[in-house]
Amino acid sequence: MTQPLVVLEHVEKHFGALHVLQDVNLTVRRGEVVVVIGPSGSGKSTLCRTINRLETIESGTITVDGVPLPAEGRALARLRADVGMVFQSFNLFAHRTVLQNVTLGLRKVRHLGSREAKERAMALLERVGVASQADKLPAQLSGGQQQRVAIARALAMEPKVMLFDEPTSALDPEMINEVLDVMTSLAAEGMTMVVVTHEMGFARRAADRVVFMDGGAIVEEADPETFFTAPRSDRARDFLSKILTH
Amino acid sequence: MDLIADNLPAYLSGFRVTLQLTVISGAVALVWGTVLAAMRVSPVATLRGLAVTYVELLRNTPLTLVFFFLVFVAPQFGVLPPLGFWTAVIALSAYTSAFVCEAVRSGVNGVPVGQAEAARAIGLTFGQTLTLVVLPQAVRSVIPPLINVLIALTKNTSVAAGFAVVELLASGRRIALANPSEAVLALVGVGLFYLVITIPAGYLAGVLERKVAFAR
Repeated sequence: MTQPLVVLEHVEKHFGALHVLQDVNLTVRRGEVVVVIGPSGSGKSTLCRTINRLETIESGTITVDGVPLPAEGRALARLRADVGMVFQSFNLFAHRTVLQNVTLGLRKVRHLGSREAKERAMALLERVGVASQADKLPAQLSGGQQQRVAIARALAMEPKVMLFDEPTSALDPEMINEVLDVMTSLAAEGMTMVVVTHEMGFARRAADRVVFMDGGAIVEEADPETFFTAPRSDRARDFLSKILTH
Repeated sequence: MDLIADNLPAYLSGFRVTLQLTVISGAVALVWGTVLAAMRVSPVATLRGLAVTYVELLRNTPLTLVFFFLVFVAPQFGVLPPLGFWTAVIALSAYTSAFVCEAVRSGVNGVPVGQAEAARAIGLTFGQTLTLVVLPQAVRSVIPPLINVLIALTKNTSVAAGFAVVELLASGRRIALANPSEAVLALVGVGLFYLVITIPAGYLAGVLERKVAFAR
């Protein structure tokens, strides 16, 4: 029931001289919400991007649902379809309407007919509250709306796990909550999630486990209550004191 | 201007050959150049290497030499290209495709990398990412440089005059030789006919650019 879904073992990566991932070991179980926090440049986004191989690793292993990440090619494309990803900068397809953004994967990867794809897509847009914008181009939407469309686009593939790479960092403050609300309800429905974020409120409310990274290494892992009230490491204490004072 | 009017049929038959050379070579070069561009951005190192070699070879060789190679050298290796018009088409499209490739590649590089990442993240293959997401967005920024390439091609077709193809320049030269006192006018006529192709091409570029525009 709580079998591991995403497993990283001894993962190492450098960007030139920068040791961006140092012996990273992380297990995400089915249905678990893992929130990764840490200062800028701590490697948390890179960690998130290695899970669907948008970043390659130098050594170590990553498995998703028991399958090691394949090398570039069709097998990797199939695996990526099962791993949803939401980006900091939304990355909606700029030349396609909101609806087409969601149906593209359904048509071309899941091979649904146009009618069925449209029905599924509209249901998802309804769920994230942007159905009325279906025929607009992404640039006509607010950042919060765009990010909700991006979540619908990822959910359309019915992924086993969703990766969120700082999903609210590019948003105006008043739009952050509309995105976090969608994520919170996803978490409540049992979606397996890996969330890189600076939103401590979300981490506290929705996370099953908080992973704190610094300098490319996982420094501390704990349930949110323990982490936010009694962090074990000095670095986590230091980090929290800087961000939780106001 | 009487000279041009009197020789209109000769000009027109040359113009027709020039137009055919331009349209056919242009179409082949667009397709082949786009394939080359796809090879240059592909994850397969062998394909990238082949495309780079081809582009560097063809774009750094004078067009006249490409013609010479096809007409005089290739037969010595047992390859006999059909003489005249089709040899010119092969030379022109092989040469022009190298420039098309670089124009398309610059457009591909101009599409934000997040677009391709998002496409790969939902499980699209490399080919699908390129044809469904990246190239459609590259088209807009690629149109101006591509029209430059096609206008250059239009004028480059005149090299075929030196290889037994009676296109516009060859026709004009014949008219000039037959009317030595008005040779300059005869060549001005040739220039005017090139404008008939290149000016609308520039106009078409503007129309296309507006048509495929979308807000980012």
